[in-house]
Amino acid sequence: MKRFSGDISIVLGGAAGQGVQTIEALLVSVLKREGYHVFAIKEYMSRIRGGSNSTEIRVTDARRSAYVRRIDLLFAMDKDVLLHLEKRLTKHTLVLGERAKIGASHQNVIDIPFTSFANELGNPIYTSTVAVGVALGILGAEKSVFETYLREHFARKGEEVVAKNIEAGEKGYTFGKHIAYDVGIEVHIKHHESVKKELLTDGVEAVGLGALQAGCNYISSYPMSPGTGLLTFLAAQSKEFGVVVDQAEDEIAAINQGLGAWYAGARAIVTTSGGGFALMTEGVSLAGIIETPIVIHIGQRPGPATGLPTRTEQADLNLVLYAGHGEFPRAIYAPGTPEEAYFVTQEAFRIADTYQSPVFILTDQYFVDAIGSFPIESLKNVPMKNHIVVTKPAYKRYALSEDGISPRGIPGNGQGLVGVDSDEHDESAHITESALVRVAMHEKRLSKMRGMRAEALLPTEIGDVLHADILVVAWGSNRGVLEEALEHIGRDDIAGLHFHQVYPLPEKSKKLFARKKVVMLENNVASQFGNLLKLEYGIKVSEAILKYDGDPFSVEEVVQKIQKIS
Amino acid sequence: MIDKKLYDMPVDTDLAWCPGCGNFPILNIVKMALAELDIMPQDVVMCSGIGQAAKTPHYLRVNYFNGLHGRALPPAIAIKIANPKLTVIAESGDGDTYGEGGNHFMHTIRRNPDITSIVHNNMVYGLTKGQASPTSEKGMKTPIQTGGVVMEPFNPLATSLSLGATFVARVFSGDIVKSKEIIKAAIEHKGYALVDVFQPCVVFNKQNTYQWFKQNTYYLDEKDHDKKDRMKALALAFETKRMALGILYQETGRPTYETLLRQGDDPLFQRVRSKQALEALLRSYQ
Repeated sequence: MKRFSGDISIVLGGAAGQGVQTIEALLVSVLKREGYHVFAIKEYMSRIRGGSNSTEIRVTDARRSAYVRRIDLLFAMDKDVLLHLEKRLTKHTLVLGERAKIGASHQNVIDIPFTSFANELGNPIYTSTVAVGVALGILGAEKSVFETYLREHFARKGEEVVAKNIEAGEKGYTFGKHIAYDVGIEVHIKHHESVKKELLTDGVEAVGLGALQAGCNYISSYPMSPGTGLLTFLAAQSKEFGVVVDQAEDEIAAINQGLGAWYAGARAIVTTSGGGFALMTEGVSLAGIIETPIVIHIGQRPGPATGLPTRTEQADLNLVLYAGHGEFPRAIYAPGTPEEAYFVTQEAFRIADTYQSPVFILTDQYFVDAIGSFPIESLKNVPMKNHIVVTKPAYKRYALSEDGISPRGIPGNGQGLVGVDSDEHDESAHITESALVRVAMHEKRLSKMRGMRAEALLPTEIGDVLHADILVVAWGSNRGVLEEALEHIGRDDIAGLHFHQVYPLPEKSKKLFARKKVVMLENNVASQFGNLLKLEYGIKVSEAILKYDGDPFSVEEVVQKIQKIS
Repeated sequence: MIDKKLYDMPVDTDLAWCPGCGNFPILNIVKMALAELDIMPQDVVMCSGIGQAAKTPHYLRVNYFNGLHGRALPPAIAIKIANPKLTVIAESGDGDTYGEGGNHFMHTIRRNPDITSIVHNNMVYGLTKGQASPTSEKGMKTPIQTGGVVMEPFNPLATSLSLGATFVARVFSGDIVKSKEIIKAAIEHKGYALVDVFQPCVVFNKQNTYQWFKQNTYYLDEKDHDKKDRMKALALAFETKRMALGILYQETGRPTYETLLRQGDDPLFQRVRSKQALEALLRSYQ
């Protein structure tokens, strides 16, 4: 007898090309429509076919957005999966799969005869739908929702494909029900009427939706995992929203195009990962001196160099913080949830446009791939405004001003001429070597930092920060795992703080650290954000919980490490 | 035809070029060409990189994007896409366009945006004081290439022709009248137009002088030369003893990049995003 109450972790594993992604997409969508809280995260190898990949789907009573190490049900498409996930399997894990293919090395293997199902259905392509049916049957989900979803999902492929999938789903579902009965699996997870209407996205879709909301109409990028998803998302929406999509010859071209686009009045974003961003850094410096906005999305992965192309890390904060020669203002956001990604992407466009500076959105593989749902009402919109002026004949692109912001004209919008120059320049954008002009221009550019700091987003307090003795600090993708771990621990003396803007930092948040033992939670070796906090706030960081093996933090390990803090 | 003076900078503008530099006539030619084509300064954007030639946009009244070394073309493409109504000219030197920016040069040609590349080709690096450029002749001695250049010179015309360029021309800065007509044709050409401009560097290149260019070039006979014949143009591009001046190749009717990448020619900044479409997209994730 196996009983799962309130929280079940289902893992699908197989070689690339065996349908794991298809099963994940179907299962997550159907469960959400039935009102379950779902969270899914995949891990995969850097190859097109073969290897061993897996996806974890958590179905929970409460909203969760974190990875757990525990596997309750494992759908194994082949033998390698058991080897690949060996360290996460326990005696409580139920393994489901075709016994002939996966063997009987694990004690709890439940046979699903996928091959005979495929033969009955006439095509192995329907195996994925059978598997989804089995999972739904075990969970005791509503069959009609599943059928409706299959009908919609496969409608484009014709009535026969729809019918076959419904048949496959039905077979799987019935089989799943039987397994639950025979083995004695009981699953009790709450449905919520409100969840049915929620939006289900992954992290990068949330960035993309935010970009469209912010009026983004230009993307020029070179594909690089895990940054490519944004390019793909905007390409899919390019016709509907009139977004220009250019696959650049390299990242250098990408950012220089992005700057040219903004110069001429477009609203551009570029997307990449650490390695590609390394090539963009001269362009970041260019943005700084020509005072042209640019929004840069960086999906981090472990380095140095090619590193682990499909894994996760938070080790490029220093790179982004210091990228580009010379001194100039910048802002860096690091969303922790899809809602935050939607919001900070709009903020990134607004701040870039207002302060005519480079602005970064720092995510990572774990964040871009993680799927979760949220109510549409939780999405915050930033009013869209184009900060461009109609130029007069005497227009000067770099007119000196109190707040450092010179009204931004664009070519072909007025009687003035608009020049931008990578050399130090005077107010009219012409080359100068005057020390006096240099100092005035440099101070003007850097004075924009004041406004950017004043507008910095406040961190999210998790628990009772004011009264806690220990403060665990996270940024970016570690919000969900920190929230769940602290809830699990349930101690009043420990609270959390999550930053979704990591630079500049808001001055008034410094006081949150007063008289606290500060513990960092980061996916890197050097505790890069901890060092930034020390630099910006002059605070002391006592300990750091760090992970850099390419995998995200699991709730279990964060719980264990926080409990060890004395 | 508008008054060329509209393009003139104030008389006290300090030009950083050496006396006798081939850049002066090129600047004059570009101003004349734009004036004769009736294009207002407000409708022109000149993109440049770094180098002596790349300072050109500071010496005439136009909109300009004086960016990074080798990177004149990526912003030029984006500006044309963002506002197809603008006349976009990328003006830089041989080192900037063919060396540092070589990858952009290749892939800009493949895109065929409606922009004009004017490349000042003096076969030497001026701003960094006399090193070899991608187009330096083999054997040329410089402070770095002390035994003479050993690499083959880059052939911009053959390269562009092989990549499918739709307008390929070469002019000589010493001939204002003929060069002006060819640059006008390049600006009017719908698609990517390359104009490689032979130009002496009076300070650092003592072998490719005014005299040398005159002796080693000839004009294509406009009646005789078939501009539509890419293979003939390619053969001409490979001639190194006496080099052809004029429009080697022109192909009309190929769609330009910006027309393929976007609809209409309205500037992107005038577009308003549909709130209904955004709402519908969000709802599609339910």
